[in-house]
Amino acid sequence: MMRYSIFSLAANALNGHRRWQATWRDATPASEYDVVIVGGGGHGLATAYYLASVHGINRVAVLEKNWIGGGNAGRNTTIIRSNYGLGGNLPFYEWSMTLWEGLEQALNYNAMVSQRGVLNLCHSDAQRDAYARRGNAMRLHGVDAELLDEQGVRRMAPFLNFDQARFPIKGGLLQRRGGTARHDAVVWGYARGASDRGVDIIQNCEVTGFTRAADGRITGVETTRGHIGAGKIGIAVAGNSSRVAAMAGLRLPIESHVLQAFVSEAIKPVIPGVITFGAGHFYISQSDKGGLVFGGDIDGYNSYAQRGNLPVVEDVCEGGMALMPMIGRARLLRSWGGIMDMTMDGSPIIDVAPVPGLYLNAGWCYGGFKATPASGWCFAHLIATGQPHETAAAYRLDRFAAGRLIDEKGQGAQPNLH
Amino acid sequence: MRIDCPFCGSRDASEFTYRGDARPMRPSADAGEQAFADYVYLRDNVAGVMDEHWYHAQGCRNWLVVTRDTRTHVISAVRLAREVRR
Repeated sequence: MMRYSIFSLAANALNGHRRWQATWRDATPASEYDVVIVGGGGHGLATAYYLASVHGINRVAVLEKNWIGGGNAGRNTTIIRSNYGLGGNLPFYEWSMTLWEGLEQALNYNAMVSQRGVLNLCHSDAQRDAYARRGNAMRLHGVDAELLDEQGVRRMAPFLNFDQARFPIKGGLLQRRGGTARHDAVVWGYARGASDRGVDIIQNCEVTGFTRAADGRITGVETTRGHIGAGKIGIAVAGNSSRVAAMAGLRLPIESHVLQAFVSEAIKPVIPGVITFGAGHFYISQSDKGGLVFGGDIDGYNSYAQRGNLPVVEDVCEGGMALMPMIGRARLLRSWGGIMDMTMDGSPIIDVAPVPGLYLNAGWCYGGFKATPASGWCFAHLIATGQPHETAAAYRLDRFAAGRLIDEKGQGAQPNLH
Repeated sequence: MRIDCPFCGSRDASEFTYRGDARPMRPSADAGEQAFADYVYLRDNVAGVMDEHWYHAQGCRNWLVVTRDTRTHVISAVRLAREVRR
């Protein structure tokens, strides 16, 4: 494995950059593996990496229908944080945050992990009370949280519209360790780490069905590049979870919805961290290239189109103008949509499937990017040991029927409200 | 995305509230827990044409069954929910 360092960079610069090795092997599929991971996004690649690096299991293939990281891993707004409120979520997202903090050293890859802070603004006494409650829940789980008053927010972000008559800014909940990471680099870093440890990454390979033994156990996958046998198959396909699960005869508590996101032209550094509006659907950060990266809520209807509609664009921009009118003259450079696997309680699923040999990693809604390291870690743990990792023990598929929902927003069985 | 409301005509989708898949049918009261859990929580979630319940909140306030392709957002039919045979 070619190690990246200032020395390798200098040496290759002197050699005209002709000796860099491919970051991962473009593997030809073998006829069978111990484990097949369906889905070459952040979660699938992280799973393969931890199967190899933590559990010593490297007869593994990651099958990706297009190019790796071409789905939601290539479309998100790059935020990492663990500022959740419920006990079923906090240990998991904090484990992910901890993994983020060591990721670049572990992977020897610059994922641009930037712990620039995530600030949730509040606009009323009641909302401040709710944020204090969430902050206390975070602290009870050993997660950093600070409740800022208006002056505290002014010191961090003086450009905000504090005295707006409808939504005055009263303060905010700050997680200093939260921030952003470069989403493509996370995919490539995990791909490189997995490939170097023997995992085959197979692109342009779409799963079209499962093969099963007489007793129903999964024996492999049919793909556009032929049949591949495996005794253990993990599904990590985000918004396409229902489609792939249906190939095994399963229905899931998931609706696929579109989430739009936006990037502006590059401007000088103006946004210090991640800031979220508490009175409307708007959140923003600024990339190191200078573009404002922002978004809001899901459109609200089932969609696999990977694009949304204009009312949401208007709504998001209105939120931005209400909160920070200084960005008003920045031009919108691009917008896009992804496919969110919205669950019936807004929380994810990492569990064995009701079909022997099949494992399910799904339901990340609009919050999958921050979960990438822990999702891979916990899914690898489940596949390797057959037991859930302690931080993901609540993410069971049967929790819905059993009434043990993890519902951060308290909205009930309506996916588009989570 | 525009929806042709039978009473109000062609309106932007933002005038409507989305409920979800119109296909699931509420089980009878004695159908058992599993049937109710499946009805409340499990969905086909197809990439293709599906019937959906939309409520014209900012218009005539009728429930509609909209037949729409989730891959393209193309709407092929809009009917009043009360006129759709179940």
